[in-house]
Amino acid sequence: MAAFLLNGLVFRPYYKALAGPIGVLAMLGSFFFATYTAWMYFGAGAALPAHFSTLTPIKMDWLNFGHGLSIQLGVQLDPLSVLMLVVVTFISLLVNIYSLGYMQDEPRKATYFSFLGLFTFSMLGLVMAPNILQLYIFWELVGVSSFLLISFYYEKRSASAAAKKAFIVTRFADLGLLIGVLILSNISHTLDFTTMIERLNDPHFSTAAIGSFMGLSIVTWGLALVFIGGVGKSAMFPLHIWLPDAMEGPTPVSALIHAATMVVAGVFLLARLFPLFGPLAPHLLTGIGYIGVGTSFIAAIIACTQTDIKRVLAYSTISQIGFMIFAIGVARPGAEESLGYTASLFHLFTHALFKAMLFLCAGSIIHYVHSNELSAMGGLRKKMPITHLSFLIGCLAIAGVPPLSGFFSKEEILLAAFNGNKIIYWLGLITAGLTSFYMFRLYFSIFWNKEFMAVSHQDHGPSTILEKGNGHNGKENEGIEHHTEGTATMKLPLVILAVFTLVVGFIPFGNLFAADNGHLESSFHLLFSIAPVALSLLGIGIAIGLYKNQNGKSDRIAQQLNVLYQAAKNKFYIDELYLFVTKKIIFNLIGRPAAWFDKTIIDGAMNGMGNITSLVSSKIKGLQSGQVQDYSLYFYLGMSGLAFLLMYLWI
Amino acid sequence: MSAIGLNDILLLSGLLFIIGIYGFLTRRNLITMLMSIELILNSVNLNFVAFNKYLHPNNLDGLFFTLFIITIAAAEAAVAIAIIINLYRQTKSVDVNDGNSMHY
Repeated sequence: MAAFLLNGLVFRPYYKALAGPIGVLAMLGSFFFATYTAWMYFGAGAALPAHFSTLTPIKMDWLNFGHGLSIQLGVQLDPLSVLMLVVVTFISLLVNIYSLGYMQDEPRKATYFSFLGLFTFSMLGLVMAPNILQLYIFWELVGVSSFLLISFYYEKRSASAAAKKAFIVTRFADLGLLIGVLILSNISHTLDFTTMIERLNDPHFSTAAIGSFMGLSIVTWGLALVFIGGVGKSAMFPLHIWLPDAMEGPTPVSALIHAATMVVAGVFLLARLFPLFGPLAPHLLTGIGYIGVGTSFIAAIIACTQTDIKRVLAYSTISQIGFMIFAIGVARPGAEESLGYTASLFHLFTHALFKAMLFLCAGSIIHYVHSNELSAMGGLRKKMPITHLSFLIGCLAIAGVPPLSGFFSKEEILLAAFNGNKIIYWLGLITAGLTSFYMFRLYFSIFWNKEFMAVSHQDHGPSTILEKGNGHNGKENEGIEHHTEGTATMKLPLVILAVFTLVVGFIPFGNLFAADNGHLESSFHLLFSIAPVALSLLGIGIAIGLYKNQNGKSDRIAQQLNVLYQAAKNKFYIDELYLFVTKKIIFNLIGRPAAWFDKTIIDGAMNGMGNITSLVSSKIKGLQSGQVQDYSLYFYLGMSGLAFLLMYLWI
Repeated sequence: MSAIGLNDILLLSGLLFIIGIYGFLTRRNLITMLMSIELILNSVNLNFVAFNKYLHPNNLDGLFFTLFIITIAAAEAAVAIAIIINLYRQTKSVDVNDGNSMHY
């Protein structure tokens, strides 16, 4: 049945002519099969409660390089991939439905849906990959389809620039991944995950085959490089710069790729190789934890200052993925210590749901207001009741207010961090507080603050004209009168996601996903939860105070914290740093000499050869006199010369 | 008068060869040049026969070669004369210097 799933998706991108409905139907089918798979899988696992086995229903040779060397394609099912399967297909399904409404007037709708299909297919291939090479292939495919989707509005310069940026930045990281993959498979002489993990964990094998380089073992280097790949795809610091720019794509795409599925591929990768990270490179895991929590913290601060609704969400995504990463970072193999692993996946699951919902809400709002800028919004709660409600639920969930889904997963992460590493825990705690602050800043700015109608007359700086192109502030008032919240297809996914966000936290997640495929009792300590929840509520309270009504408080605070605020608003100048490095250093110091070398040495050598040839030939062309007897004279002279030479040599 | 030796015959054929080459390089008439080529070929024939007669009297290889060369010389003369006739149709002369339309 998994084969059917795969096949259905392989052929999907070819349905270019028939657009949205086909996409939705195919996605519905995929989702149905994914759920069925999950049901069967966990149903079977429940019968044998001790252990979830790893199934490999499909496995075939793809490239056979002769004896002992072949590359296989296949499908592997274990709790991790089944989870991802369900998440990916579910979110894809809803995004497809949503896009039906959102992209209604788009002339290139068919292209859009086929890109979506391609993306979903690659993502599914990625999560079901049984060997590391297939994972890499689909990893790249995911990158390509993300590139295509970001640059969907390719007429817009910023969109194509953002797509290029995303592609190049992730490409750098993919280089790390590729090298890491090669190192790991070279050491273990296999590409297969299961075999690789077994072999590398075998102490006899590892001591025999592993050398060291610069004080760290080769395996650690391989894993570190693999993690760099994950850093790129998951937009961790310092490679996070592409994600906010990627918001140039259509909003449903942002929801699908840049919130729910693609960016968690890095987390997925870490989780997939966790059996290697844990025993072989514990220090690396600690480093990963620091990177995760640092990214999370920085992104949260930046998110507090951005004024573009999608950018706030993007930075919040980065921050939340930081949570997942550091949760894995603090996890260690073993029954108790692997809590972070479970928590990370749990958070991945819940985050996918509520962040997709938030993005889809943002899509509706943008659709309604025709602007990305927060200053153009406000007082929307009466105009868009459903969106308002879903957005509120999403905000509460991401802020970790009980009993919403985000609460459970975030508590688990913080608990894991508390047990694992205190510094990470405190930073994570503060970040959680910041999260609730900026989310509610967003919420109140959009839905409360001021009356909506007043907005378009007030000059709040240049508001970004949205991709639709017809968003002209002056004309908006007329348009809005007969402008509703969006079609039913846009509301439906919101409602579904909201309901799921409400209830999904009660899934006994620890029973299903644990590092050793066994069970893990997840326990919530009521006392422990007080601190984060209190911080969240505090954040909400501050946001209420600052943003519920239109007042100047926030501006005054921003002025008091001038330097910090400016720095955060400019994303801590990381983009500028990159620009500086690429333009000033790489272009001048590497590019120029390389270009000079190419032009003078290489081109010079080629041109020189050509010039010499033509020079020589122009000198000797007089020999071609056309006189037969001249030629024969040369011939005889040559022959007799040769004859004398031979005689001289032989006799 | 002593019997004619190998050296005498080689001397003769060498003379024939030199005369042929001289004629080939100096005469401008194509027909004469063709005749010079025949001289060269015949000097070679003479060499073959002489070597066969004096060095390997029991074998017939040299004679066979000679016969082949005569045959080929006939064919070659036919081809050459065809070429000359075509050239004559083009340039209205059999002077080799007029056939230089392919020079640089």
